[in-house]
Formats: sequence, C-alpha cells, structure tokens
Amino acid sequence: MAVSVRVPTILRTYTSGESEVGAEGATLGEVIDDLETRYAGIRSRVLDDAGALRRFVNVYVGNDDVRFLDGLATPTADGVQISIIPAVAGG
Amino acid sequence: MSTLVQDRLRAGAFGNAVALSCRECGATQELGPFYACTECFGPLEISYDYPSITREQIEAGPANIWRYQPLLPVPADIAESPNTEPGFTRLIRAANLGRELGIDRLWVKDDSGNPTHSFKDRVVAVALSAARELGSKVFACPSTGNLANAVAAAGARAGIPTVVFIPHDLEIPKVVASAIYTNRLVAVRGNYDDVNRLASEIAGEEDGWAFVNVNVRPYYGEGSKTLGYEVAEQLGWHIPDQTVIPVASGSQLTKVDKAYQELIRLGLVEEKPYRIFGAQATGCSPVAQAFRDGHDVVRPVRPDTIAKSLAIGNPADGPYVLDVVRRTGGVVADVDDEQVRQGIELLARTEGVFAETAGGVTIGVLKQLAESGALDTSAETVVFNTGDGLKTLDAVADRVGPAATIDASYEAFTAAGII
Ligand SMILES: Cc1ncc(COP(=O)(O)O)c(C=O)c1O
Ligand SMILES: [Zn+2]
Repeated sequence: MAVSVRVPTILRTYTSGESEVGAEGATLGEVIDDLETRYAGIRSRVLDDAGALRRFVNVYVGNDDVRFLDGLATPTADGVQISIIPAVAGG
Repeated sequence: MSTLVQDRLRAGAFGNAVALSCRECGATQELGPFYACTECFGPLEISYDYPSITREQIEAGPANIWRYQPLLPVPADIAESPNTEPGFTRLIRAANLGRELGIDRLWVKDDSGNPTHSFKDRVVAVALSAARELGSKVFACPSTGNLANAVAAAGARAGIPTVVFIPHDLEIPKVVASAIYTNRLVAVRGNYDDVNRLASEIAGEEDGWAFVNVNVRPYYGEGSKTLGYEVAEQLGWHIPDQTVIPVASGSQLTKVDKAYQELIRLGLVEEKPYRIFGAQATGCSPVAQAFRDGHDVVRPVRPDTIAKSLAIGNPADGPYVLDVVRRTGGVVADVDDEQVRQGIELLARTEGVFAETAGGVTIGVLKQLAESGALDTSAETVVFNTGDGLKTLDAVADRVGPAATIDASYEAFTAAGII
C-alpha cells in the first residue's frame, strides 16, 4: 500500500527537510520499516529499544490515534495519510 | 536554525534559564522555540543556573508573579513590559468548608482572581515573554477555553496578533471571553485532542508562531510554578502538608511540585515531606485510571464530562503526574459530574467562592479523599480553585435560583415564607 507520511520538524533532518514523504506497507509497522530503508535511523527515533512506539510520540492513521486502533498492527490502506506528532503538547 | 535563534536573542532574554533539557533522556538543547527532544520526543524542561535569593528580596517585588522573576525564564526587566500582571491571588482560610469536610486546617488558593479569571494567565504571561524575546509574529494556542481567554487578552495587551483554536462546543462565556479580544478565534469541529493535534501540525509548518502550549510549552509550564511559590509564601514560607490540584494535561500539578522542590533547594523553606493529590472528572480520568491500575503510562480516553476545561483525553504530562503523586504519597482520584456540581455549590455556600467546573472537580475530590481517609484530615491542606464559576454558569443554573418570585409588597414577602 502506498501511503503518505507527515514528518514532524524534529525528524526532518532524516528526510532532508521534507515535511511529507511517501512509503509502502500494509500496516503501520511495515510503513515504519519501509521508512527506515529510505531514511536510515528514523525508526529508532519513533520506536524504543523494545520496538514499541515511544511514549511521547502520537501516530495517527487518517484521523485516528493508533492507540485507539491496533498500534503498530493498524492497517494502512492505500492512499491513507499517516501523521507522526510529538505528544508533549497541550494544556 | 537554532544558531540563528541564539544570534537574535538579547543578553538575559530568559533570565537565569540556561538550557532546555529532556526530562526523559537528559539530552540538552539551547534555549529556543523547541518542546520535544530530538533524540526521544521527550518533553524539554527549562534548566537554570539558580541564583541565591532571599525571602526579603522576593517580598520586596511586585504583587504579581514577577516577584519570582529570578526563578522564571524571563528577563530582569519583565515587569516593565506590557502584560496582564497575573498572580498573587488570595489564599483564603477555609474554616467553614474545613468544618463541613472534617479537615482541621484547610486553605483555598483562589486563582479565579487572575485577570482573565483562571490560572492560565500565569502560564501565558511567561509564554508571552518567550514569544517576545524570540521575536514571534503570532501568539497562538489550542485551548479547552480558559487558555484561549488568557492568550487572546495577553496578545491584545502586548500588541501581538493572536490566533486561538478551541473545540466547537465550548461554553458560550468562554467563547465570547476570547472573541472579545481577538478576531482570529477558530472553532474546530472535534474535541480538544483534535484541536491539539491540529495546532501541533500548524506549529510544524508556520515559522515565527509561538504556540504557548506547543512549541514554547517549556516556558509556559514554568508559569505554574508561581502557584507553588505563592502558596508557600502566603503560608509564611512553608510548604503545606497536602495540596490538591486539578489535572488536565498535568502540567500545573508537576510544576507545583517543581516549585516546592526549588524552594527547598534554595533554602527559602524548610525541607519536609509533603503530599500532592490530583483531581479529574470521571468522564475524563485517564490519569486517575492509570493511578488505580498501577500503570506508569496513561491510556488516552475520549472525554465526556461537563468539566470541559479539564477534558484532555491524551494528557502530555500524565506519566509525570503519576510520578509526582506516587513519590509524594498522594492519590489521583475522580468524581462524576453530579459531584462536580455539588462541589461548586459546596464551595460557594461555605466560602463565598464561585468556582468553575474545574474547581468543582477539585472540591469534589477533596471531599472524597477526606471521607475515604486517603487525605489526612489533621494535616494542613491547600486546595486549588483554578477558574471562575461565571464562565460555566450552565453547570449549576438549574440547581440554584430565586427562592420565590413575588410582587413588590410587604405582604407578598411575608406570605412567601422566605424567613
Ligand atoms: C481552570 C483550569 N484548571 C486546571 C486546568 C488544568 O491544567 P493542566 O493542563 O496544566 O493540567 C485547566 C486547563 O485547561 C483549566 O482551564
Ligand atoms: Zn530525550
């Protein structure tokens, strides 16, 4: 599945400044693996050593926070937009 | 980009603050409009080169939060800049409420007395200073309501354009009390967490915007420390045994703890054990739930409560609230909407203080904790009222009203049986 991923400012050093990039994968986990092959190092910024989403990262598939869905196993339909957003905002 | 920020800054722009450091992994970064660690996404915190400072120096300062300027990331001349001058709100001895709840020594920190009637004026004043020093063109926020009021007012006073984002279904007084100060109030179809997400995305795209609780959140958060400083100073320079604080994002609670720690470290108060308690509404109680379950992460929820100011389902500082409360031996608890309404009424009838729903939550939780024994009723206790009941009239409008409607005659009055 071809998806587009919105990249937060602090990860744009990996995407040469691009704020939106393309990737492939049938699940969020696969998309993140694919991003790693294109932008080496980016996965370990988003996932912790155990391979889980870091606790201060929010990831949305379409409009939904993946923690309300299936986390890294959340399916990513063709053309869907994924957003990676720092979680430490709000109040 | 960051070196450019440093080049533009004037000397002393952030007072005694020296760096941003990650609360999770300790990585440091220079002061600027940054909020998430580039290594791990953890929250950045202001770190200081703490000055030596005396009680007398503080007491000689202005009767607002700037008396604590050396402990905030603001310049020494902050008091001369146009701002709303929040803080130094009253700490009232709540003997009637204490008697009602069986708490011997109870105080209410009444922060509804701030310029836009909530504690948010404190955090916004510090964020405004950061925005000004960083040369920001736009002052902005996503808000559950009170923050919107505070940002719009502070921006008007400082002459910085504001853009304020709120959920579309807020209480009308909170909508009007923002729109009166700005023509760029944006209502977003969605709940606060949706608004917050949108703001984070905009903050990533627009250069020169200071989103108070997004990219300048490390500065914003420091403003809540002043609640802790004031409580200690107003008690005659000591930390209360127990403090009960409402929790939405959790920033305020964690910063009051930081304030108490700083006062101890600076020798301004004696070191002593203290307990911090968190209050949520049951319809949005992800932190209370995690506390009960013994978790150290917070599972987000979709909020459904009349306490809209506290309706953050995905609280940024949730894990740190759990840390503080567990470390100090406190509790995070929640009360339902009916108890929130009762809490508002109880505080009004016993102390003459009209709290908004957030205050109703906090009083409700205070009552619950006193009854369950989780709170030591013989220990000195401070409970926060962080907002004004006039902004959430609907919460109690159907509970109170005229005892009778009568003709303008003495006979009608006596017949009505009022006394
Ligand atoms: C009146 C009132 N009290 C308390 C809070 C909670 O603040 P925090 O997000 O720092 O936990 C808010 C937040 O919007 C509020 O409006
Ligand atoms: Zn970090």
